[in-house]
Amino acid sequence: MERLRSTDEFRMFRQRLTVERTPDLLTLIIPAGTCGQASGANDLIRITKRELLGRKLTGKIDLRITGCHGFCEMEPSVLVEPTGTFYPRVKTTDMVRIIEALDRGQVLEDLLFVDPSTGRSIEKQEEIPFFKKQVRTLLSRNEKVDPIRIHHYIENNGYSPMVRVLAGMQPEEVIAEVKASGLRGRGGAGFPTGLKWELLAKQSNHGDKFIICNADEGDPGAYMDRSVLEGNPHSILEGMIIGAYATGASRGVIYVRNEYPLAIKHLIIALRQARQLGFLGNDILGKGFSFDIDLVKGAGAFVCGEETALIRSIEGKMGEPRQRPPFPVQKGIDGLPSLVNNVETWANIPVLFDVGAERFTQVGTKKNTGTKIFSLVGKIKNTGLVEVPMGISIGEIVHEIGGGPVSQAKIKAVQTGGPSGGCIPASKFDLAIDYESLKASGSIMGSGGMIVMDENTCMIDVAKYFMKFLKDESCGKCFTCRKGTQRMYEILDDLSMGRGTPVHLDLLEELALVVKDTTMCALGQTASNPVLSTLRYFRDEYLEHIEHRRCPAGVCRALITYSINENCTGCQLCLRSCPSEAITGEKKEPHRIHPERCTKCGVCKTVCKCDAVTVQ
Amino acid sequence: MITLSMNGLKVSVEKGSTLLEAAQFLGFPIPTLCHMEGLSPYGACRLCVVEIGEGPGAKLVSSCTYPAEEGLQVRTGSSRVMRARKMILELLLASCPQSKTIQDLASAYEVRQQRFRQEYEDCILCGRCVRMCEEQMMAKAIGFRSRGEKRSIGTPFDRQSEVCRLCGGCLYVCPACQLRCTYTTPEQAICGGCANLSPPCIEKESFDDTMCYMTPCVACEIKKD
Repeated sequence: MERLRSTDEFRMFRQRLTVERTPDLLTLIIPAGTCGQASGANDLIRITKRELLGRKLTGKIDLRITGCHGFCEMEPSVLVEPTGTFYPRVKTTDMVRIIEALDRGQVLEDLLFVDPSTGRSIEKQEEIPFFKKQVRTLLSRNEKVDPIRIHHYIENNGYSPMVRVLAGMQPEEVIAEVKASGLRGRGGAGFPTGLKWELLAKQSNHGDKFIICNADEGDPGAYMDRSVLEGNPHSILEGMIIGAYATGASRGVIYVRNEYPLAIKHLIIALRQARQLGFLGNDILGKGFSFDIDLVKGAGAFVCGEETALIRSIEGKMGEPRQRPPFPVQKGIDGLPSLVNNVETWANIPVLFDVGAERFTQVGTKKNTGTKIFSLVGKIKNTGLVEVPMGISIGEIVHEIGGGPVSQAKIKAVQTGGPSGGCIPASKFDLAIDYESLKASGSIMGSGGMIVMDENTCMIDVAKYFMKFLKDESCGKCFTCRKGTQRMYEILDDLSMGRGTPVHLDLLEELALVVKDTTMCALGQTASNPVLSTLRYFRDEYLEHIEHRRCPAGVCRALITYSINENCTGCQLCLRSCPSEAITGEKKEPHRIHPERCTKCGVCKTVCKCDAVTVQ
Repeated sequence: MITLSMNGLKVSVEKGSTLLEAAQFLGFPIPTLCHMEGLSPYGACRLCVVEIGEGPGAKLVSSCTYPAEEGLQVRTGSSRVMRARKMILELLLASCPQSKTIQDLASAYEVRQQRFRQEYEDCILCGRCVRMCEEQMMAKAIGFRSRGEKRSIGTPFDRQSEVCRLCGGCLYVCPACQLRCTYTTPEQAICGGCANLSPPCIEKESFDDTMCYMTPCVACEIKKD
């Protein structure tokens, strides 16, 4: 690839790509992000390549390997362009049939997605309820581009916003545009991006300035940044180049966690291609502006997602936060001004400059503009990545996009914002999702994890799980965070074991408030949220554990007993499955569980076909 | 000079000083453990928290690391600060009950009970020794390892460090382990209250499992009830 030396050269290059492309060519799109590969997308790709070559269909049907589209539950899936036909959970044996049908211009009815609530099959992707309610500004671009081919990105309007900015806007105008868009940091705290850029731009110009992409996504059950990194790495680079131009930064760093090998691979390829085409390096597109990006791999510490810890980690020191001020914008990497934005924030920048600030503000609410990607997981029918406009209610996401509860049990709560977020009860599902209302309800936006829980979930168990995560992942520098999380875990453990007293509850609340108040960084300040929000909305569940030594959800092992009721037909299935031989009974006679031998593993309940095992 | 308000008093301090320095200069007492003059501020023990700001924006920050800002409202002993300090001391007592420094601080802040499960650790990981070794002795022989509850201080791979000059600086600056109550050798005991009771309320053998951190001794108080 030849280095492009001016914005005109870019335009000509882009035109050449458009001319060479066959419009409306039938295309098989196979998402092969980490989730797709794990569910077998690589096999589908292999078969497709073999069949297309073997049947000499290469000029007629194209294959595009992309990043994740969001509907992870249904992977490996195949999407057909331009018809929009969507085949979920494609088996390797069906792939040949799909290609044959495509060649004949047919649709395979038996392989289509079946709506679990109506039982009808749906052909087109955009008509599936999971996709219907979404506004997929960022995620829809994942379908269009093969992440390792820069020309796919350029064909789909990629790098054009950047060229427009470089060719026709002053840095101040760029910042004004970002401010007008109302874009707020997608990493969780919601700081206005334009304001942050302005602060960096105002720093004196002696020496380097850094801009950093925070791709250290560590929340359990959250992977929206990964899907953007894997599926559309160039959008992040483009956002960073625009950011560098606006703020006068000369160096960029992408801090990505080492647990994302595919994302790292795609980023390395994207960086190489962007350098070859002259989007990075000295004198970008002949505009006299120089900028380059380095890739730094994190070694797997949750706390390194915190900006001051992240900067220390980039410097090669131990990843632990320090007290702000001075803020990174004043003193960051090696004492130089540095700006940290999240992956999703950077990916939003090209979108913003493509449509303009005015149209950007039309999505979402007045103070919370644009879309946000959530990773929707837990006890609902449709799990995956959902991109919704800000201000949508939790109920809409859970019931309309998520498809409601997966079993008979009612949905009880939603946990948002990762381990340091809080639980929002079903009674508050009309709550609009934006930074302020989530914070007021005792949770946080966080980077966008959303875990749905039903009645079979014990809230103390949930709080305990997250507290265990936090006590292991706290860097340990602050005494109150290190010991506070350990002690909160200890008390929650006591409660779940049936050793709790009313004193414990007061102590837990008192401690949680002090930990929230006194710790240094955002990890500690939000570490109490799982405890405080469950205490706020599910205090009766805590009291049940203490006063009656009972776990209403039937989760805390020390507080439950398994027994067999009159439904038992004596089929001996449970008797044979019990690993501790705690079940006795004759054939066709009701069985019995011996509590002294029962380890409460729950296998009997899982295998029983007549609902005869009760948990109390 | 920077003018700020501390506990309602308008005061001027030099630019670049921390809130802790300002408070000490004015004579407002703020307890510290990880802070030491001559070492860089670290902000680990959180004992020196003060409240800054007004209304809903008010928050607690560690005064040893927070720079004095123009017009800042600082409260060094508000009820929110005191509640936090007491809880921090209770947590410290629960983990390191045998440190005389911590016992005295707890006593001064009227911490009269300890509601957590008792642990017997010695180190509070304040990092004074690490900073002493690095900043004053220029050795960097010891450092922090691991994170969360596994965090500890030591030499790399627990082998004797080649750069350690055995200067003892790390021992000298430790705020937690100095003057530990050593009842088992009564002549070194700090207050001796528990030993002088007849019969002694604490059996010698079980000393390792007991704690003595208050005036009057908590064990004696329990005995009275």
